[in-house]
Amino acid sequence: MISRDEVAHLADLARIDLDDAELDHLAPQLAVILESVASIRGVAGDDVPPTSHPIPLTNVFREDVVVPGLTAEQALSGAPASEDGRFSVPRILGDEQ
Amino acid sequence: MTTGGDWTRKTAAELADALAAGEVTSVELTQAHLDRIAAVDGDATAGVHAFLHVDREGVLAQAAASDERRAAGEPLHQLDGVPIAVKDVLTTQGLPTTCGSKILEGWVPPYDATVVRRIKDAGLPILGKTNMDEFAMGSSTEHSAYGPTRNPWDQTRIPGGSGGGSAAAVAAYEAPLAVGTDTGGSIRQPGAVTGTVGVKPTYGAVSRYGLVALANSLDQAGPVTRTVLDAALLQELIGGHDPLDSTSVDQPLPSLVDAARQGATGDLSGVRIGVITELSGDGWQPGVMTRFQESVDLLVKAGAEVVEVSCPTFVHALATYYLILPAECSSNLAKFDAMRYGLRVVPEGNPSAEDVMKATRDAGFGDEVKRRIILGTYALSSGYYDAYYGQAQKVRTLISRDFATAFEQVDVLVSPTAPTTAFELGEKLDDPLAMYLNDLATIPANLAGVPGISVPAGLADEDGLPVGFQVLAPALADDRCYRVGAALEALLTAEWGGPLLDRAPVLEEIR
Repeated sequence: MISRDEVAHLADLARIDLDDAELDHLAPQLAVILESVASIRGVAGDDVPPTSHPIPLTNVFREDVVVPGLTAEQALSGAPASEDGRFSVPRILGDEQ
Repeated sequence: MTTGGDWTRKTAAELADALAAGEVTSVELTQAHLDRIAAVDGDATAGVHAFLHVDREGVLAQAAASDERRAAGEPLHQLDGVPIAVKDVLTTQGLPTTCGSKILEGWVPPYDATVVRRIKDAGLPILGKTNMDEFAMGSSTEHSAYGPTRNPWDQTRIPGGSGGGSAAAVAAYEAPLAVGTDTGGSIRQPGAVTGTVGVKPTYGAVSRYGLVALANSLDQAGPVTRTVLDAALLQELIGGHDPLDSTSVDQPLPSLVDAARQGATGDLSGVRIGVITELSGDGWQPGVMTRFQESVDLLVKAGAEVVEVSCPTFVHALATYYLILPAECSSNLAKFDAMRYGLRVVPEGNPSAEDVMKATRDAGFGDEVKRRIILGTYALSSGYYDAYYGQAQKVRTLISRDFATAFEQVDVLVSPTAPTTAFELGEKLDDPLAMYLNDLATIPANLAGVPGISVPAGLADEDGLPVGFQVLAPALADDRCYRVGAALEALLTAEWGGPLLDRAPVLEEIR
């Protein structure tokens, strides 16, 4: 139902660098889980509206006024690397770009 | 004279009274709990291992401040000075918050969760952060990256999950109170298997601000305690509207403490109780069902009217949950990108941000988290969305309708909290589907946003391990859970001649 190659592709989309051993381990488990959850296909008809949220609430806004937030120092306090009050990140373009 | 060990056996309500009467100081109480933690908590290899981080210095300073407030005659919250433990999924300014994951090892949040803020404002000293399945994914606390928590009733067994640390801390008398979070049963199921009380409030009744999200539409923080009254006191403290959480409910709940006190009289005249047909049968441990039925019989004796109620769509709740939850978590956990906080693993060469992200997430996440992220990515991908995630959202509507229909006939619904007692550590670690089945009875409440409580119902004959009794009520009627839960607690405690935890084995001191 879900192949090892598909799991590898999904891991790539989810930005997780799974190695071969992990793929061998996780792919069959995911197949079993997916087969089980597939049991809900056809349970609800087209006339049933979807629920995205258990308690109906819409347009919850606060007043549009400035309130205190984290300082730059606090926001950067957990960063793996920072420089000049900014997050420092690895190069963002690929080899070919 | 009361020794330190005795203070750890008291309920939070009793400790509050003792503080108010001047029989003890918060520093003495807090030190007694720190001593208990030092004696029995151990580490990943031995002991209960309920805590990932104990804030020895900070908690004593907070206790001393409480004593000073009291000495100065300041107006105090009832629980001011009573120590508490907090699940490691809630942010605590200045204290590490790992969510049981390597990806957040060493992270110290720059802000407090609203629940934590309210605890601090009320003056409860925070003992530390409790162990959990990584990002709250699991039913056994074995998926913690820092090693499992052990069940105080039998240390070869699981304490439930994901909040096994909070439940075990309370069951082992390491803390009188704890906060947990419940996405599919993570407060109630650990409560059931450790012989403690756990409450999942109505969705939105307790703020999620600063609760590191697993699944936004399901997550709910709530109390973990040894008595129903303590749970009511704690929910009233942490609950209520929070402008920082857009899903917070801006409506007051009826008094939970009053409901718990009313229930404790043992009179349930006029209360209509529905036993959920679908939450029994094959796969339910006989000893669990026996204790459950005896509890139902007691409620009848207390004057309740008991009928059987069918919720036919509940048989699809597990599949619905295991599509909605992975979908939400795969999106939520995208924020762990190695850029702004947490772990960063840099592969060899001249890696790009994407390479760093992939290597970090592979090294930082455990197996269960990877399984669910990949499952969620699949359920949300084009071509499968309608068949899986879309269908699950529709079945979620049907499950809510089952609740609505049932609550037209009865005031509360009841079931065993979990199908079995605590299983052996390691038993289901590599069989995720078997692990998921533990949440069969607790998941429907999360999908529909309704409140639920688990209270101890006795020990199963087969293995002598605790069984939990679950009470579910309509949204915003959390008081009904407390009333019926307190009634059952009072009736059973009278029958047993004391609390169930009195029968737990004496824990070996390992220091």
